[in-house]
Amino acid sequence: MSRSDWEVVIGLEVHAQLNTASKIFSGASTAFGAEPNVQASAVDIALPGVLPVLNRGAVERAIRLGLALGSHISPTSIFARKNYFYPDLPKGYQISQFELPVVQGGTITLRVGEGEQAYEKTVRLTRAHLEEDAGKSLHEDFHGMSGIDLNRAGTPLLEIVSEPDMRSSAEAVAYARALHALVRWIDICDGNMQEGSFRCDANVSVRKKGAEAFGTRREIKNLNSFRFLQQAIDYEVQWQIDTIEDGGTIQQATVLFDPDTGETRMMRSKEDAHDYRYFPDPDLLPLVIAPEWIERVRGEMPELPGSMKARFMSELGLSAYDASTLTASKEVSSYFQATVDAAGSAQAKLCANWVMGDVAARLNKAELDIADSPVSPVQLAGLIARIADNTISNAIAKKVFDALWNGEGGSADEIIDKQGLKQVTDSGAIEAMIDEVLAANQKSVEEFRAGKDKAFNALVGQVMKASKGKASPAQVNELLRKKLG
Amino acid sequence: MINASLPALRRALDEKQISSVELAGLFLDRIEAANPTLNAFITIDRDGALTAAREADARIAAGTAGALTGIPLAHKDVFCTEGVLTTCGSKMLANFVSPYDAHVVSLLKQAGAVSLGKTNMDEFAMGSSNENSHFGPARNPWNPAHVPGGSSGGSAAAVAARLVPIATGTDTGGSVRQPAAFCGVTGIKPTYGVVSRYGMVAYASSLDQGGAFGASAEDCALLLSAMSGFDPRDSTSLERPAEDYSAALAAQAGEKPLAGLRIGLPREFFAEGMSDDVRAAVDAALEQYRALGASTVDVSLPNAKLAIPAYYVIAPAEASSNLSRFDGVRYGHRAASYGDLNDMYCKSRAEGFGAEVKRRILVGTYVLSHGYYDAYYLQAQKLRRLIAEDFKAALTQCDLIAGPTTPTTAWALGAMGDDPVQMYLADIYTIAVNLAGLPGLSHPCGFGAGGLPVGLQLIGNYFAEGQLLSTAHRYQQASDWHLRRPDGAA
Repeated sequence: MSRSDWEVVIGLEVHAQLNTASKIFSGASTAFGAEPNVQASAVDIALPGVLPVLNRGAVERAIRLGLALGSHISPTSIFARKNYFYPDLPKGYQISQFELPVVQGGTITLRVGEGEQAYEKTVRLTRAHLEEDAGKSLHEDFHGMSGIDLNRAGTPLLEIVSEPDMRSSAEAVAYARALHALVRWIDICDGNMQEGSFRCDANVSVRKKGAEAFGTRREIKNLNSFRFLQQAIDYEVQWQIDTIEDGGTIQQATVLFDPDTGETRMMRSKEDAHDYRYFPDPDLLPLVIAPEWIERVRGEMPELPGSMKARFMSELGLSAYDASTLTASKEVSSYFQATVDAAGSAQAKLCANWVMGDVAARLNKAELDIADSPVSPVQLAGLIARIADNTISNAIAKKVFDALWNGEGGSADEIIDKQGLKQVTDSGAIEAMIDEVLAANQKSVEEFRAGKDKAFNALVGQVMKASKGKASPAQVNELLRKKLG
Repeated sequence: MINASLPALRRALDEKQISSVELAGLFLDRIEAANPTLNAFITIDRDGALTAAREADARIAAGTAGALTGIPLAHKDVFCTEGVLTTCGSKMLANFVSPYDAHVVSLLKQAGAVSLGKTNMDEFAMGSSNENSHFGPARNPWNPAHVPGGSSGGSAAAVAARLVPIATGTDTGGSVRQPAAFCGVTGIKPTYGVVSRYGMVAYASSLDQGGAFGASAEDCALLLSAMSGFDPRDSTSLERPAEDYSAALAAQAGEKPLAGLRIGLPREFFAEGMSDDVRAAVDAALEQYRALGASTVDVSLPNAKLAIPAYYVIAPAEASSNLSRFDGVRYGHRAASYGDLNDMYCKSRAEGFGAEVKRRILVGTYVLSHGYYDAYYLQAQKLRRLIAEDFKAALTQCDLIAGPTTPTTAWALGAMGDDPVQMYLADIYTIAVNLAGLPGLSHPCGFGAGGLPVGLQLIGNYFAEGQLLSTAHRYQQASDWHLRRPDGAA
């Protein structure tokens, strides 16, 4: 059998760390990178007698996600205790949500692939629930012992669980990317994957094409980059297919991905699975979310990527591709929107080309985020206005953009003025330059007359050179043909 | 002074008949003299007490004293106290000094009350006799061969022996009311949520509630007023204005002060199981209530008999999780030698916990396990609702419910042998009240065989603490059981 006889089934569980200033059940700070254990309060280290108090900011972020995904926001949800012993879990249980999560259902639409092969796909969400993170166990540098850092203990997480709707690693990555963009878009998570603010677990199984029942799944834990997500799924899928084709069966298990070898390896089998003894946490009342609360949050929501994309297409006349690209992240979309606001919507296509083209390329080369772009949307709009009114050519515009990037002037107009880059449209002046060029290049003139078109282009180039790029190429063409005609 | 009521002590302090430092010293001397026999205290904090007493004297001198300023008290060792040991009666926490005060402790400090120390208790509040304390059992001042009850046995014994005028306790299944009855003092457990649980080491979170011990309802009212009120750090704390429970007690009373009061007598509480001496004392007390103008009506709590099985699923389930934090990692007992992490957990917990605590952790772990949860935990929660419904229905026919606090008087140490279920059954009248979250009070109503005290339990509707206290107060104005003292405390 070949790979194409198999269908891959993937569901993702994403742990998004919510960007609240304090922890989900205590007042301790959630800032990353502090000295070990300085951000662990009495509640976080589970001293005898302490009690949790729910951070409403965390709930509010869950509501935002629910609204963004079109989910049902449960009017009542329950916090439960997930019981297990581990040194970085101070209470001996994690407060999570089990039977009644705060966010239920919903969908997200993603764009998979590039160019011609690109297609849209809608993935269903199962649920999203609030929970607290554990601390960190540090197994290095302690001479055979383990260090415990409880700064992270109690950090709010939203565990976002998808249905098993993805059929390839590419779809899984597209889903993870779309969710990553969304949580940043609605400002509930900083999305910093290196710091563990956005971590993925992938449930992977394979089945024969056309089969109805799912295969047995294995869960790959803790993937903290899109690249690892793709590699881990690809390896796991091949391993499962090979195993079955070799006559083996897949056992339900939890596995880890080793980025050094590119392989997944078993962490624990189903038999070793914990019995977490979930039960409702008697220290916390059921979480009740009144309709008024949801409406208030709805009123504070930013425009979401889907509706913004539709608006870019209908109001600004952008293509679906451009509109998708410009709404891929909140930062890009706000940069673009600000540029259009300053340049006028008649120049939307030009704005889109510049944002997706020169701006993106320069940022990429300089490894800068668009929010940190040295050229502001207003400066870019000033440049675009001068292209639109033919003050400068595209070629000159690139020069002006470079000058703006390097801080050689505060606005396009200032640079055009200072560096004398204004397009020459005076036909008398251009004709004078043409005469000079023709006189100096008799050989090219003869070649052109002999039927060589290339020679014409060489003459245009000479005239442009003589104008220092400031002549309008179209005008040069026209006048030159007239002279030679 | 030893036997004075809180209002009398207040006058004595305000009129400078005695200073707070002298008063603390007086009671501290009594504690040190009696503790070798009664073992009511795990920690005696003479230095801390005298410092607090000096501050109280300054407040009294400045004219800024409140009702409890300068009044000595003791805390059950389940309340966290900054800088003073908080052991919970366990080897696990034998060396634990809390870096913070429980909400109750901090409220009473702010009120200027002077804590003399921490009282003995069944380990992690699990027990009805105080025999489960790692520090040895506290004894009943009426007969030191008998138990003081539990789990707040040390607090009840200390108040009964006048080692301290008032003391705090906690009540999960009767742990204030039962020892109050056994020791002949008054004890109240308010409505769940009235007293903050912040800093009260958790046994069974949905049932645990702080309470007050005193010689009389009047003294309990003063203590409870000072220790209750909304606390944002406890999500189950009720957001309602603080009450002054003493206010209702002060009203002028005529000859029939309880006229119009309907007292419900659950027939299930007066069926078999109650010993004759308890029955006689309870009947006499009810007669007295009728003489004060109250009427009695028969009511029924048909599911009350299910309270013990429901409790012994719910409480251990919560306890098994609540006590997971005692793992030897961050504080508390850690085994001296161990192999790997698992071995460290097992040894530390095996050494740190006593038999009853281990039994309840095992039961709780079992009932929450996959495949058993529905049959035990969910079923118990259903029973809990039925029991609460019973009380709700009964309280439509009466204003409050009365009955014995306990089926018998205090038993002799060791009399329950190795059968824990025997002891569980001793809480038959008190446990249902916790499951329903209602307030309950026990006051002395006579003596049984061997001169051991008998308690009468009053159960009120939600937030009826004031009514329970004022009703008991009327009874105590017309009787003197609460003024009787064991030998050596007179």
